Amino acid sequence: MLLAHTGHGAGGGGGLDTAALLAAVGLGLFHGVNPAMGWLFALSFGLQERSRRALLRSLAWIVLGHEASVLPSALVITLFASQVSRGVAMAVVASTLLVFGVVLLLRTRHFRWVGMRLKPWQLAWWSFLMSTATGAGLMLAPVLLHTTSSHEHAVSGALAGDLGAAVVVSLVHAAGMASAAGAVALVVYQVVGLRILRTHWVNLDRVWALAFLVAGLGVALAWWRG
Amino acid sequence: MATTTWRPDPTFYPSPTLAAEAPQERYAYVATFWRGEGEPQKDALAVVSADPAAEDFGQVVGWTEMPNVGDELHHHGWNACSSALCPGSPHPHVERRYLLLMGLRSSRIHFVDVKDDPRNPTVAKVIEPEEYKARSGYSRPHTAHCGPEGIYVTNLGSAEGDEGPGGIALLDHDTFEVKGTWEKDRGDQYLAYDFWWHLNHDRMITSEWGTPRQVEDGLLPEDLLAGRYGNKLHVFDLVRRTHLQTLELGPQYQMALELRPAHDPAKQYGFVGVVISIEDLSGSIWCWQRDGDDGDFTITKVFDIPAEPVGDEDVERLPEMLRPFRAVPPLITDIDLSVDDRFLYVSCFGTGQAIQLDVTDPLHPKQVGEIRLGGIITRAAHPAAPDVALAGAPQMVEISRDGRRVYWTNSLYGAWDDQFYPDGVGAWMAKADIDPDTGRMTLDERFFPHGEDFRGNRVHQTHLEGGDASSDSYCFS
Repeated sequence: MLLAHTGHGAGGGGGLDTAALLAAVGLGLFHGVNPAMGWLFALSFGLQERSRRALLRSLAWIVLGHEASVLPSALVITLFASQVSRGVAMAVVASTLLVFGVVLLLRTRHFRWVGMRLKPWQLAWWSFLMSTATGAGLMLAPVLLHTTSSHEHAVSGALAGDLGAAVVVSLVHAAGMASAAGAVALVVYQVVGLRILRTHWVNLDRVWALAFLVAGLGVALAWWRG
Repeated sequence: MATTTWRPDPTFYPSPTLAAEAPQERYAYVATFWRGEGEPQKDALAVVSADPAAEDFGQVVGWTEMPNVGDELHHHGWNACSSALCPGSPHPHVERRYLLLMGLRSSRIHFVDVKDDPRNPTVAKVIEPEEYKARSGYSRPHTAHCGPEGIYVTNLGSAEGDEGPGGIALLDHDTFEVKGTWEKDRGDQYLAYDFWWHLNHDRMITSEWGTPRQVEDGLLPEDLLAGRYGNKLHVFDLVRRTHLQTLELGPQYQMALELRPAHDPAKQYGFVGVVISIEDLSGSIWCWQRDGDDGDFTITKVFDIPAEPVGDEDVERLPEMLRPFRAVPPLITDIDLSVDDRFLYVSCFGTGQAIQLDVTDPLHPKQVGEIRLGGIITRAAHPAAPDVALAGAPQMVEISRDGRRVYWTNSLYGAWDDQFYPDGVGAWMAKADIDPDTGRMTLDERFFPHGEDFRGNRVHQTHLEGGDASSDSYCFS
């Protein structure tokens, strides 16, 4: 539905509607549920300090780092989409998503990090790097195409509104990420225990890469249909 | 070379407690090497059946030769292990698939695939010595551990010649390429041997043996009596790769070898075995620990094993080097800590003792068990073959993850075997069952591959299918 909207109509984007918000929060949930994107780190600090507060505090810094990666990306994508024609924006976004998805799928190297004794800002920095390396902000591009009006049709003041929408999208996204990560981390911490890491940790990195391909193909299809 | 899977490798465990629930190993992988006169024979990875339900239990069921001769296979390690579950850069969808077999003499590294057909491992990749030395800055690779930045390999020598400094090389655990020298600042460390870490506290500990010149042609008595072998531990910052602290043992303590930090990542203590004191030929166990979470490390001697005097009638049976002393030094050449951090197994290459210490209180170990096999004077036999006087000793020791089985092999290192067992060290492997409640050790009479089972090769380090007490590190308690 959303992807169909990205290319629709004379007015350019569909604006900050329910579809956009749901998509943003959904991507946040998906990102947050992946242990590698932060909740495992927060859980580890919670377990080390035997404190739920430590877990939640760590998670807050991780979400901050995530937002620090996603928000600037969202603003840049919005600025770009507002300055070019809708067709160009869609073509560039589709090809970027596809290329990034293929790279994620094929690259043998994973994100590297060494260091477990982290100050809060280092934990935020870790999260910023992890989010950037996995293209968390880029994944919001289809949503942002949807909320951004193309310059061909822009009325004065539209850009400010589009940027405002981008801010909302990335905040809603972070809220989704925080709730999923927090919920899973707390359940593992208090109920199910570490054993679940062995049994239920599906390779979400690969799913994430495939999601880029699906999103890229979706935007490409919408663009093709013009 | 790495591929990813949908599910985490089932041999990865977040914590040592969960690792203790692992299924029993079906196979033991033993590095074997050839040393002798005449036509050289290839070193090989031997696969020994460790499944008591199997008909071939205790037999060599696989034999994978290395492509060259003269590597002197010694230690080996996994391409990936439980540290893949650590939260900083988790990547549990890789496989524990390859054993890295280091040629201690040749500086050649072999990646042997044991996954698809555990009885017929295949050599999947070889890093040639020239490339290894040029890229790592080191030679004589000794021990490997899988960790946060890749595969870490410690080395005895510098790239060129037979001297130091030794140190650690880093290998990419996805491509298996040599990335380079690990240290940014190695401080006053010149001699190298083992290393391991306290992952959750970003600290690495390293130990000292000797340079290639000091070990490759045998123990040099003049260097030993002058105290020129290693007698220090070093503490490094695992993140910054810088040297932080030197822990001195004292000049009389020579050769600080295996490092066994607590498996519980919340704890910052560990044990090191010291081969010999030149004051009284005793061997000793030391415990390092940290003052609080962020303080300095200190090290204390916590256990002594005395030399055993030799009567006049037996002096002639001593190797020449030991005759003036009229005693057999224990020669602590390997130690291993059970995954639950409860028992420390100490191998004495001289006296043939396998000693079991209860280290629940790490600063006050209590001896709770002892087995004797081989030994310079005792030549104790195995109950499975009571008529065979054994040479060598319970040397390299490996413990199953549940702590219920302990395995030993009998060779130390080619040139040194020849010095202490000049009439031949032979080849044998033994196993003891450990009572989970009392810790009592009982030699398994069904498990004793020896002699021609190993086709004329000598046997060194064992790793167990799926991991063991010396192969994995954990980030969760």
